[in-house]
Amino acid sequence: MTIHFVVHDEGDSVGVVVVEGLKAGTRLNGWIMDQDRMIEFDAKSDIPIGHKLAIKAIRSGDTIIKYGVDIGRAVKDIGAGEHLHVHNVKTKRW
Amino acid sequence: MGMNLKGAAFEGWRRENGRMGVRNHVIILPVDDLSNAAAEAVANNIKGAMAIPHSYGRLQFGADLDLHFRTLIGTGTNPNVAGVVVIGIEPGWTGRVVEGIAKSGKPVEGFAIEQNGDINTIASASRAAYKMVKHASRLKKIRADLTELWVSTKCGESDTTSGLASCPTVGNAFDKLWENGNTLVFGETSEITGGEHLVAKRCRTPEIAAQFMAMFDRYQRVIEANKTNDLSESQPTKGNIEGGLTTIEEKALGNIQKIGKKCLVDGVLDKAEAPTGPGLWFMDSSSAAAEMVTLCAASGYAVHFFPTGQGNVIGNPILPVIKITANPRTMRTMSEHIDVDVTGLLQKRMNMDDAGEALLDCMLRTADGELTAAELLGHREFSLTRLYESA
Repeated sequence: MTIHFVVHDEGDSVGVVVVEGLKAGTRLNGWIMDQDRMIEFDAKSDIPIGHKLAIKAIRSGDTIIKYGVDIGRAVKDIGAGEHLHVHNVKTKRW
Repeated sequence: MGMNLKGAAFEGWRRENGRMGVRNHVIILPVDDLSNAAAEAVANNIKGAMAIPHSYGRLQFGADLDLHFRTLIGTGTNPNVAGVVVIGIEPGWTGRVVEGIAKSGKPVEGFAIEQNGDINTIASASRAAYKMVKHASRLKKIRADLTELWVSTKCGESDTTSGLASCPTVGNAFDKLWENGNTLVFGETSEITGGEHLVAKRCRTPEIAAQFMAMFDRYQRVIEANKTNDLSESQPTKGNIEGGLTTIEEKALGNIQKIGKKCLVDGVLDKAEAPTGPGLWFMDSSSAAAEMVTLCAASGYAVHFFPTGQGNVIGNPILPVIKITANPRTMRTMSEHIDVDVTGLLQKRMNMDDAGEALLDCMLRTADGELTAAELLGHREFSLTRLYESA
């Protein structure tokens, strides 16, 4: 079974795509590393390898959690399964 | 069952100051940018000698000049170096670098260009390099305990796979080396932004945590004073963003996976400062790959672990740089740059102990003399850190 995305911790907002050429509409196998558990998800965007998808619905202003830690804030609403990157998330530093 | 490092050994060269090296370089070291041409001519004349050209060494002053000397002297003193020919435009600063390296007991000779010209300087320095390479080629390797191997780490062109897999691979190996009593270092002060509280918690004592936080806060003030935006495309870099990293916090949390789960930070170092004992050291340093690895070499480290996501191609003239990636696209498109492939971690085809052991195995082979990808491809990036403008 191909793992399509990996999540560090079950409390995280995001998963990381680990396969090339992922298309919107694909049924995805996700591996939650810390808890060693599999989840399934539908991709809502085309997402390049290494880029993130939201694994829950996020509102503009929400804190994004990865590794169980704050990695920044959403500047737009992001739907579950959508591509999450510099176009909709910004640093809280600098 | 994990790899047992107790009793593990490698074969290298015992230097005059007692340190063990894993390479046997004779280097031609310019004191300043003006002396690069002569240094390169000497290295061209004498096979087995290597010039280390760089861009600085004129009109520097204060702490910035101290760092310049510390970096050059540290580079010459590094145990991977058998002997050094120093060339400078004038005899004063040339002598200062020679004297600094001579304290290690290593063969070192200095040559100044003024009142000699390039051609006579190249002739004299070539004769010295000839003898030094002959001497180095006669030195015998000996066996030493693994604890004598100093190992540094810094990652580059990171992406999300770095934090998921290649940096934790280094962390797994660092946990094992730290328990074994090796001398280790990490750094990249700006690139800890967002995870500084986690590093502070890993410091062995509150005093060390305070020293670390003082270094971190100082660097933040430099950024705050000079930034013109949120640093996006500089930190994270354009390459990091292409690889899927969105914010500095995300990048930092991936970066600090390199210190594993067990190691404690045993002390802090200024740039190019040599550690005074075994354990894990934090060096206040730039996050730019070539600058940081150059500082690690100048601190005396003998082997370097370099996790990469998008495929940073860096090497160093005297420090073998071992590259680790977990990104399958990077393995597909530029595998000649990678020494340890841990892409299997992301498909559960290998576990973190398997990955850590693959890296330690590569480290032992590299220490015994196997060339790294960066050495085979001729990557010799030597980049001096500058603190401020010249006088």
